[in-house]
Amino acid sequence: MRAIKGLRRSTIVASVLLLLFAVVPLVGWHVPWVLPGTLDVVNSTGTLEVLALCFMFAGIALGYDVMFGFTGLLSLGPVLYFASGVYVFDIALTRWQWPLFPALALTLVVSFVLALVLGAIALRVDGIAFAMVTLAFAQAFFYLIEDNPHNLTGGDTGLAVSNLRLPSILSGAVANTRSIYWIALAFLVVTYAVVWLVTESVTGHVFVAIRENEARLNVLGIRPFRFKLASYVLSSLIASAGGVVYLLIIGTAVPSAVASTTVTLSVLIMVVLGGAGTRWGAVAGAIIYVYLQQYLLKIAALPSFTTLPAPLRVPLSQPQFLLGALFVLFVIFVPGGIAGLVGRLSTKRAAPSLASRWRDSKVAKAIEK
Amino acid sequence: MSVFLSITFSGVALGAIYFLAASGLSLIYGLMDILNFAHGLFMTLGAYAGWAVAVHLPSSIGAPGLFALSVVAAVLGGALAAGITEVLFIRPLYGRPVSQILVTIGLDLAVVGLLLGGFGSNSVRIPVPLWLIEATKVGSANLPNVDFLAIALGLAVLFSLEWFLRRTRYGIIIRAGVENRDMVSALGIDVGKAFTLVFVIGGAMAGLAGLLYAVVFSGDLVSPLQGDSLLIFAFIVVVIGGLGSIRGSALAALIVGFVQDYTNLYLGGHSGFAEVGNLSVVLLLALVLEWRPRGLMGSVA
Repeated sequence: MRAIKGLRRSTIVASVLLLLFAVVPLVGWHVPWVLPGTLDVVNSTGTLEVLALCFMFAGIALGYDVMFGFTGLLSLGPVLYFASGVYVFDIALTRWQWPLFPALALTLVVSFVLALVLGAIALRVDGIAFAMVTLAFAQAFFYLIEDNPHNLTGGDTGLAVSNLRLPSILSGAVANTRSIYWIALAFLVVTYAVVWLVTESVTGHVFVAIRENEARLNVLGIRPFRFKLASYVLSSLIASAGGVVYLLIIGTAVPSAVASTTVTLSVLIMVVLGGAGTRWGAVAGAIIYVYLQQYLLKIAALPSFTTLPAPLRVPLSQPQFLLGALFVLFVIFVPGGIAGLVGRLSTKRAAPSLASRWRDSKVAKAIEK
Repeated sequence: MSVFLSITFSGVALGAIYFLAASGLSLIYGLMDILNFAHGLFMTLGAYAGWAVAVHLPSSIGAPGLFALSVVAAVLGGALAAGITEVLFIRPLYGRPVSQILVTIGLDLAVVGLLLGGFGSNSVRIPVPLWLIEATKVGSANLPNVDFLAIALGLAVLFSLEWFLRRTRYGIIIRAGVENRDMVSALGIDVGKAFTLVFVIGGAMAGLAGLLYAVVFSGDLVSPLQGDSLLIFAFIVVVIGGLGSIRGSALAALIVGFVQDYTNLYLGGHSGFAEVGNLSVVLLLALVLEWRPRGLMGSVA
């Protein structure tokens, strides 16, 4: 009974938040200080763009959480699929002038095949070696993009989207930030639904079982490999779809921004900050991370800030330093992330924890036997 | 033929640097199960320490003397950074291996961010003696003197490390710990000290690797992101060589150095193949894993 109540309350909170976010582009209030855009207006282009980035990363972080938090696979290569999403979509639209939906289909098919093949190779090893191998693959993909084969990727300088056949709500700049914002929000909602369905299913319980005790699953006759690969592929596909959304928001692809290891590490940090193995934690972690990052950049560019003495200004002007330091503190002092913190502060209100739901699941009972 | 010889030679030099970068990582992993992301940071800090010493000491010491001090500073800088990391950040997290990895990632990001804030993305130049810029003629090939330096230092470290691990008390404790950490602590030996020691040794080698990489392959330039790009190749060497094996790292470093140099020489000239050396190394990694998931000389998978 309490579980149902908890579920209902969290559903209400989520629905209210979603509704609030959905109407943000229509709100023209003037709010000083807290907004990440340069104008202090809620629906200014800058702020909407940052929020769209928040939603996009929240979706990717959720996908990553399926693999890292739920299945226990520490991959250091999600940027590969993010970059393949950005670049395949960009190349199909810009170089080949494909219409929107065929380009989207191609992007997802390419990323699916890549994830299947590379995942099968990388999953031949476990643990740390898996992390290193996925990192190496992602780095290889970065080099491939920099190489600019057949002049497809534009190399170092990148490739800006240009497609005359795109629907007009997507192809312009300022007037269309609003529609792109809603697309990013829709991406997050769909991703959340997919991740919810998967993690609540029997397959999702097997994911958690792999994290908890892989050897035991083998004994039960469940082959972990297929499930690990499924988790890897799902997470990769979400990252690719996120790449598509990124390209719509930013409008250009540059290897140092979309294909470097920094993207992977950012996503990992978002998930850990929010609380690995919880869905809303990953979302909250990503939104807070991206918002802070962009907000700190805005602060660092203020005229009053540049007059600070160097020992103060230099560290404070680097979001990478501040967020890295915050992350270190979280890892040491708040192991469960934001979700763990909230859970500890209000144990009564919390929905049944992952651990207790796991103990009740069929797979756990099968393992216990 | 002379091209082949000089490429082979530079492949060995590259291998020597990869070995310095990778063997510490491999020991740290073998003993403590930590994938140390901060290793790239130790390399960068070592290179900056070398630069700072050479720039701030009086030039009356003479260029060779200054460079020797740079090398010492890089080794000490790397060792110090690693020691601090282990004591302050790794030690509170014993028993939480994933958190230990995450903390090294955060440290790397934070300190590299600080360096980017201080130095921007501009590089600084390490002053080196003239001798290091010149080449020595061997047969028909002109071999750069820096390559000799890297190879000599790489070999010196390889032999001292082998001696240390096989002949000294702490070396034997470390090797035993890599084999079976629980058994070593059960025998009443303080493994914690060995952890710090392994970090310090790894950091010292990483600092040296960072300085040498700057001097041998990037025209004496040091930049905040250098260590992180070198780190990825160090990871690849560690996996190919087998986690926890020093000899495996040495062998894999040499192979990776050769593969990178030869493919660059024979294929790199074609258009769209500028990164073929780096790509071949990753392909090599995939092939080795298909054939031998434990790496060339690894006992743990």
